[in-house]
Amino acid sequence: MKFVLKRRSILPGFGLSLGFTVFYLCLIVLIPLSAIFIKTSTLSWHQFWHVVLSRRALASYRLSFGASLIAASINMIFGVLVAWVLVRYDFPLKRLFDSVIDLPFALPTAVAGIALTTIYAPNGWLGHPLAALGIKAAYTAFGVTIALTFIGLPFVVRTVQPVLEDLDKELEEAAASLGARRWQTFLRVLLPTILPAALTGFAMAFARAVGEYGSVIFIAGNMPMRTEITPLLIITKLQEYDYAGATAIAVAMLVVSFLLLLPINLLQRWSGSRTEREPDPIEAL
Amino acid sequence: MSISVRGIRKKFGQFQALDDIDLEIPDGQLVALLGPSGSGKTTLLRIIAGLEFADCGTVQFDGKDISAQSARDRQVGFVFQHYALFRHMTVFENIAFGLRVRPRALRPSEPEIRDKVNELLALIQLKNQARRYPSQLSGGQRQRVALARALAVEPAVLLLDEPFGSLDAKVRQELRHWLRQLHDEVHITSVFVTHDQEEALEVADLVAVMNEGHIEQVGSPEEVYNRPATPFVFNFLGNVNIFHGRVDDGKAYIQETDTGNLAFVRPHLLEITRQPNGANHFRATTTHINSAGPVVKVDAITEWGAPVHVEISQERFQALRLAKNELVFLTPRDIAVFGKERAS
Amino acid sequence: MASIAQTQFRAAAGPHSSAAGVAASEPAVVRWVLIGVAVAFLAIFLFLPLAVVFRTAFQKGIEFYFQAFRDPDTQAAIRLTLLAAGIAVPLNVVFGVAAAWLIGKFEFFGKSLLITLIDLPFSVSPVVAGLIFVLLFGLQGLLGPWLIAHGIRIVFALPGIVLATIFVTFPFVARELLPMIQSQGNEEEEAALTLGASGWQTFFRVTLPNVKWALIYGVILCNARAMGEFGAVSVVSGHIRGLTDTMPLHIEILYNDYQFVAAFAVASLLALLALATLVVKSIAEWKAAQQFAAQSAADPERSL
Repeated sequence: MKFVLKRRSILPGFGLSLGFTVFYLCLIVLIPLSAIFIKTSTLSWHQFWHVVLSRRALASYRLSFGASLIAASINMIFGVLVAWVLVRYDFPLKRLFDSVIDLPFALPTAVAGIALTTIYAPNGWLGHPLAALGIKAAYTAFGVTIALTFIGLPFVVRTVQPVLEDLDKELEEAAASLGARRWQTFLRVLLPTILPAALTGFAMAFARAVGEYGSVIFIAGNMPMRTEITPLLIITKLQEYDYAGATAIAVAMLVVSFLLLLPINLLQRWSGSRTEREPDPIEAL
Repeated sequence: MSISVRGIRKKFGQFQALDDIDLEIPDGQLVALLGPSGSGKTTLLRIIAGLEFADCGTVQFDGKDISAQSARDRQVGFVFQHYALFRHMTVFENIAFGLRVRPRALRPSEPEIRDKVNELLALIQLKNQARRYPSQLSGGQRQRVALARALAVEPAVLLLDEPFGSLDAKVRQELRHWLRQLHDEVHITSVFVTHDQEEALEVADLVAVMNEGHIEQVGSPEEVYNRPATPFVFNFLGNVNIFHGRVDDGKAYIQETDTGNLAFVRPHLLEITRQPNGANHFRATTTHINSAGPVVKVDAITEWGAPVHVEISQERFQALRLAKNELVFLTPRDIAVFGKERAS
Repeated sequence: MASIAQTQFRAAAGPHSSAAGVAASEPAVVRWVLIGVAVAFLAIFLFLPLAVVFRTAFQKGIEFYFQAFRDPDTQAAIRLTLLAAGIAVPLNVVFGVAAAWLIGKFEFFGKSLLITLIDLPFSVSPVVAGLIFVLLFGLQGLLGPWLIAHGIRIVFALPGIVLATIFVTFPFVARELLPMIQSQGNEEEEAALTLGASGWQTFFRVTLPNVKWALIYGVILCNARAMGEFGAVSVVSGHIRGLTDTMPLHIEILYNDYQFVAAFAVASLLALLALATLVVKSIAEWKAAQQFAAQSAADPERSL
């Protein structure tokens, strides 16, 4: 084990913690994951593409990815707004609102699912007025988008908040002293600084939304080709004992997830480097 | 407990932190490792402590090779630069820690531990702060707690890493004296790291001057200050004027032109006169005089355009009635030339 | 997801970024409009669902609410959820602590890969997470025949549920602890070692107390997610009422049976758990900020 260490450390427990961590990961993550790829290999390429690109699957991708994209975008815009308001302004019950932001993270998806459906059903608190306006919320793609917005809400807020808090007031004051109007300062000085963090949050919200199941299936309607999300398609195939088909679609989803992980990591590193403090020239003296 | 360091080398990536270090630390002495940042002094200290491991070389305690032992087994007391006090424990618990983690067989009873800790609290004069937390103490108080904590386990060797570095000047002075007194009482072999030459010269029995991973000179404070062995030591300890120089017949002279050798003269070893008085003098014009302080500091330009810094006593300054832009004669009383021969 | 450690830095940065000078600030009207929109957004998306859960649960009165919990299937679901979480969470805590110590204190090859692997469950759909265990342990799975031959049931039984729960929730404790451990450096541990403490003594007496609240929050969050896991467990459990139904699955059953009050009654328990999680988070953040403020006020030179 020692040759794995870059620098010999006097702190104990390297071997033990490395061994246990790797063991646990293999058992819980790597071995089960490999089962997917092993199973997929039993399919021929032709069969694989046949399932992955079937009309029903394509319809589900349109819904899953499309709604996720819209939901993540909504979250990006409102997330920046909420982060701004929480960091910059004071208002009654602010701390309460700040704490509740993490609710979608702690609340079980099934609870969120039935709650949202109840609200947006035709006789629900919001569903009723919307129906009066001719808008059907529950059991449509619209409802799916609402649910996905709920579960992605904390991501952008929590990635943008620290960046906003770290912002040096002097930057804005400098811009103002140079004659910039408030919205110009926002667009040219502030937005570029928070953009990497906002994009990171967007990517995380998007990745989460694509795979989301519990909060969506109650409000979705679940009609194949119309309001069926991809995770549900996988479950349906499982219930039909079409293991191979379910696996094929799961692999497609996994591949997309991995492809999403990369830009997320890069974005995080980019936003991390952007917010790193410039070394103070006075301190360096 | 004497410490013997032989042939220590340490590289961090591409950076050679220590290059073939040999050092003997006699039993009961207070030794300073003095040098600028990056000289390797902290690395050496940590290697002696067992917190780092050298790439090669040995460390011996009383002649016994302990290079392979971990910090835990070496029984050293280590005082960290930023104190490293256990932030969630009170002052009392911090000091008691080393005694409480002993294996059952060697652990003293709680009353014994309490007595020992109280003794140490009295020693560091923080009896009333026993229940406080580190965040509630001043820097100087924290440093004393760190020291007491290290002493509680009765180590054979005490190692201190820039112990007074982050403190105010006045507090630093007080703690310096206090450390010296403590050492005189307890006589534990101690090594401390500092970049402050005044501190090293004032407190230590022995000074090891380090630079870029090498030991430049080891000696008593008097030795390293008055008889520096290398240009670096000369320059690092106290102020120095550097000219071109040469040696003739065992005598050193300052030269106007480049001879490939350098002559070092301390500012207080230059005599200022209004008239030339014998051999070995040169002319200079005063440019700036700072007479606020125990010594008067005079800046001047030599006749060949080199800057020179002179320190004279207040009486001498009054007697000369020196002013700016005056022509004076400077006589060096002790020149060290580095290059070929060392001459006085 | 903001961890506790991030918050302590936020707290320190706080003062100089809030109150604005006049020149670099928006007119009051704009400010209140923005606040209004933000609050409305949060109210609609966050408060409303919470409200509807409790309102519907108590719609038919308190008696009806408690009636829901007397149903034997519901009680079985609650027991199963507690049992599954009771196994999964402690295991994940041990893992999280080991991983945080490993990644936080040592430099070694493959560290980035390890961190990516630990983050993996976040990017995998819960349905896929359940699927992988079915593929491994199910009837048609890789190990299926072997398991049947030995009479071991994993899928459609407790072990499968526990495994799926572990998979989906194991990063939480590690992710909360890691930044805390990283930000605190090694000096206190080194000091403990020079004073003669063993590795375990150092860990329990020095390291752990310093990350106490991050650990508590990590455990509570892991627990809330474990008890609330739906998608993965849905695939793995087989929905056998009374036997392999956890609380979230039971909620689905009740809801699909149009037993709304009962469904929301069970949901209200989980919602309360979620609220408790948020409360613990607030406390943990507050404590971390306190500690950080005291530390940096007393030692301004020390940078984290």
